[in-house]
Amino acid sequence: METATDIISSVVLLLNFIVVPGLSYGSQLALGALGITLVFGILRFANFAHGDTMAFGTMITILVTWWLQSKGISPGPLPTALLALPAGILATVILLVITDKTVYRYYRHHKAVPVTFMIASMGVMFMTNGIVRFVIGPNDQRFLDGERFIVRARDFKASTGLAEGLSIKVSQGLTIVVAIILVALLFWFLQKTRTGKAMRAYSDNEDLALLSGVNPDRIVLVTWIITAILATIAGTLYGLDKSFKPFTYLQLLLPMFAAAIVGGIGNPIGAILGGYVIAFSEVMVTYAYKKVFIYLLPQSLEPDGLMQLLSTDYKFAVSFVILVLVLLVRPTGILRGKVL
Amino acid sequence: MSFLSGLDMVGGYGGADILKGCSIEVDEGEIAVIVGPNGAGKSTAMKALLGMLDLKQGEITFRGKDISGLSPQDRIAEGIAFVPQTNNVFTSMTVYENLEMGAFLRDDDIDATVEQIYELFPILAQKKDQRAGELSGGQRQQVAVGRALMSQPAVLMLDEPTAGVSPIVMDELFDRILEVRQTGVAILMVEQNARQALHIADRGYVLVIGENRHTDTGEALLADPEVRRSFLGG
Amino acid sequence: MNNTRKTQLAFAAIALLLLIIGFAQSWNVALGILNLCLISAVMALGVNMQWGYAGLLNVGVMGFAALGGMSAVLVSRAPIEEAWQAGWSNLLIAAICFGGTVAAAIFCYRKLTPGRNRNLAMTLIIVAGLFLTRNFLDPAIASIEAVEPAKTGFLGGMGLPIIFSWLVGGLVAAGIAWFIGKVALGLRADYLAIATLGISEIIIAVLKNEDWLTRGVKNVTGLARPVPYEIDLQSSAWFIDFVHWWHRGSLASLEAGAQQQALKQFVIDTSSIFVKVCYSGLFAGVLCIILLLSVRALNSPWGRMMRAIRDNEVAAAAMGKNVTRRHLEIFIIGSAVIGIGGAMLTTLDGQFTPTSYQPLRFTFLIWVMVIVGGSGNNMGSVLGGFLIWLVWIEAEPVGVWLMEAGTGWLDESNALRLHLIENAQHMRLFFMGLVLLLVLRFSPGGILPEVVRRRGNKD
Repeated sequence: METATDIISSVVLLLNFIVVPGLSYGSQLALGALGITLVFGILRFANFAHGDTMAFGTMITILVTWWLQSKGISPGPLPTALLALPAGILATVILLVITDKTVYRYYRHHKAVPVTFMIASMGVMFMTNGIVRFVIGPNDQRFLDGERFIVRARDFKASTGLAEGLSIKVSQGLTIVVAIILVALLFWFLQKTRTGKAMRAYSDNEDLALLSGVNPDRIVLVTWIITAILATIAGTLYGLDKSFKPFTYLQLLLPMFAAAIVGGIGNPIGAILGGYVIAFSEVMVTYAYKKVFIYLLPQSLEPDGLMQLLSTDYKFAVSFVILVLVLLVRPTGILRGKVL
Repeated sequence: MSFLSGLDMVGGYGGADILKGCSIEVDEGEIAVIVGPNGAGKSTAMKALLGMLDLKQGEITFRGKDISGLSPQDRIAEGIAFVPQTNNVFTSMTVYENLEMGAFLRDDDIDATVEQIYELFPILAQKKDQRAGELSGGQRQQVAVGRALMSQPAVLMLDEPTAGVSPIVMDELFDRILEVRQTGVAILMVEQNARQALHIADRGYVLVIGENRHTDTGEALLADPEVRRSFLGG
Repeated sequence: MNNTRKTQLAFAAIALLLLIIGFAQSWNVALGILNLCLISAVMALGVNMQWGYAGLLNVGVMGFAALGGMSAVLVSRAPIEEAWQAGWSNLLIAAICFGGTVAAAIFCYRKLTPGRNRNLAMTLIIVAGLFLTRNFLDPAIASIEAVEPAKTGFLGGMGLPIIFSWLVGGLVAAGIAWFIGKVALGLRADYLAIATLGISEIIIAVLKNEDWLTRGVKNVTGLARPVPYEIDLQSSAWFIDFVHWWHRGSLASLEAGAQQQALKQFVIDTSSIFVKVCYSGLFAGVLCIILLLSVRALNSPWGRMMRAIRDNEVAAAAMGKNVTRRHLEIFIIGSAVIGIGGAMLTTLDGQFTPTSYQPLRFTFLIWVMVIVGGSGNNMGSVLGGFLIWLVWIEAEPVGVWLMEAGTGWLDESNALRLHLIENAQHMRLFFMGLVLLLVLRFSPGGILPEVVRRRGNKD
């Protein structure tokens, strides 16, 4: 029969394999989806280059991290990449501003249809991808250093006496903390500052915003800057947590789009919600629950299979299925989308 | 020379000319109303004054200065405010934020102006933290006018402010517009409800296919038998 | 310059380029490129039908091409009896369970009134059906994959000539397109794009992981060919005679011993060229058929209706045209053409490797072809397919050469120089993006823009 310890063990198991990874992956997706949603809300197109923007920002951060490491500069137990982030952000801001000036501005001034923007963003995607692969190569890069764990499974077991361990990686803790700070700052900016309100107004009703004296070029510029910040940080956190590979970042497009649309595209709260919905669904559907059931069920009922709904290889399918379901049932997303 | 005037305006949205030489003027503390049948170019004439279409011909002056070369944004900065007929509020923002956006170009303290707007439209004070999209049609119209007034404009342009609101709300709105006139603002208005609008008009323009047909005071136009027969339904 | 003239010139330029490659590099290389150009052109035609005729943004080209590739395996491979014996009973039950689930779900959807109860019932049916199916499918998969996993470990195929797979590939792609179209068409353009991007990733995931069906990442190699093998040609008398006749001039000048030696070399060289020419003939035939049919379709009342819908959906709908239905049709047809291209590609490669399907190469590159060639113009897409593939292939050596030339002043073992040369191949992505953006900006109609016929205004 199950005892109190068994129940606690199963909870720890779920915390360790579902809640912690889900929260950190969800935060990374949320930050990425925020960038997509901002561009959609202001410039009104689905930005296919966003995954590669993330890869670009992360790449610069990695290069600066390596340089700092070679100089022996490190922020103690935290990853050196944190010190390199500002450089990555700056480079990404420059990249995005140049792209806007050379590519998107022309279509904006000519009032092109969204599809044209979208195809242009495919071109930008190609170019950014080419730059990233050219500079850092197509292979896996690791750049995590400093302390690895906040809580080690072994220590956790020793101090609690439980059979199941809980481990929290520094990269996971960092992701969640940074995401909270960043999201709080973004909302403060959108709700309280003059420029933030102008962005919301522009997203809500472009013509009326213009009639109120809002300068569209400035709004677009600010949007790209925020997008660059979000993308670089999201990409770096993802790279620290897993690893950096240009192709993986291209593939992140799908879950990020799904997160943005599921939450309600153009709606920042929706993007965050969508990020966690997608991340938790992915983790929960691909987790093998066998051990949990062993703890919770009497021996006679224990399952022989892995009790896994879907193999991890099908995680794309999860975001896609959720995306399709939401589009069919509630096309505006969970929170109504379209405006900031 | 009037405060704001557009003389002999000719032009359209790229295709055929919609305005074929019409002139509109308005002075401080005065209400000018443009009426006319559908497709007469009433709204177009107003948008021309705001610079939203390229004129082939004609001169637009404001405070005695030629502003023909200015973009709509620059004209707004000069002190012209415009309330579009539709989509004239930020639906996802609160009433207060809508008013704030109206004052976007101002650097000074806006609290006093907000209070004035609340006095003019008391309902807005009650609903100040509600999203504009959740308000009724008449209330939205008040938000729209309030937003425009927040920039403390010298000229207020209203494109069919009473379209789609109930007769009671319409009367109230006209009363408010009269109050705004008291403060010395020049008001230019396009209206479908010609009879009511001409009642409060100091100056009335009857446009037909892009040209001035009749121009007089509101009362005189109301009294003119031809105007009555052709445009006011008897 | 009118469009017809431009088309002739453009294709003459491509032919010239191929000839230059033939003389400068080798005929083998030139024909290899030509074959892939032909396949690219077929895929570009498929995308052009969806985008150019109907304005549908399909960003899942990769998935449909991969389905075509899968068909090549499933049609041409001999069935593996042992695997079938090991798994057929469970597989059959699993299939029945799956079919039953789908039927029950549809029944439930039709019979119950919409609302919470129906949603709940549907969810229950689907989850229960999934578990039931898995219950039989998992042991079936295990037993199939246990059969000589190093050599086979999958069910094999139908053992038919591979050329049938071109048709089957089209049909499979069409079937999946029907399903996607039912779900995603009618959504806004950008949502369709994202939905198709998603479905293509899923298709690749399935092909990579369902070993019992496709052998997954273990790949299927040595697919049967629709054309002769070099080794057979080299030993057949008529071929040797043919080569002898072809090279009679240069052979005659040699003495007997050297003549024999030279003839042998000629036979080897010619055999591989001959094989490639056979492929080119087949591919060109398919391309011509598809091109002919699509030109006819585009100029038929159906094609006019399509373009009318694309240009003004609301007006077309108001005229009583069934927009969603037409979109579904064109989406299916376009995807089928892409599937045919995918099957042809796998046939040419002689192997099926699911990991080789990458979105940049299979989805976005095809898009560049369509946009650069001229969307809405079939000849434009064909031209785009040829041109972009040529550039894509030749950009690599040119990039390496440029980097070598550009860094000549650096030391041979300079780290920067080595890095630049090693990574030069990735610059072709950058270059492709640049070409796409330049065309989109300065010549949005592409090289051969769509021909818009107006009354009294013949081109």
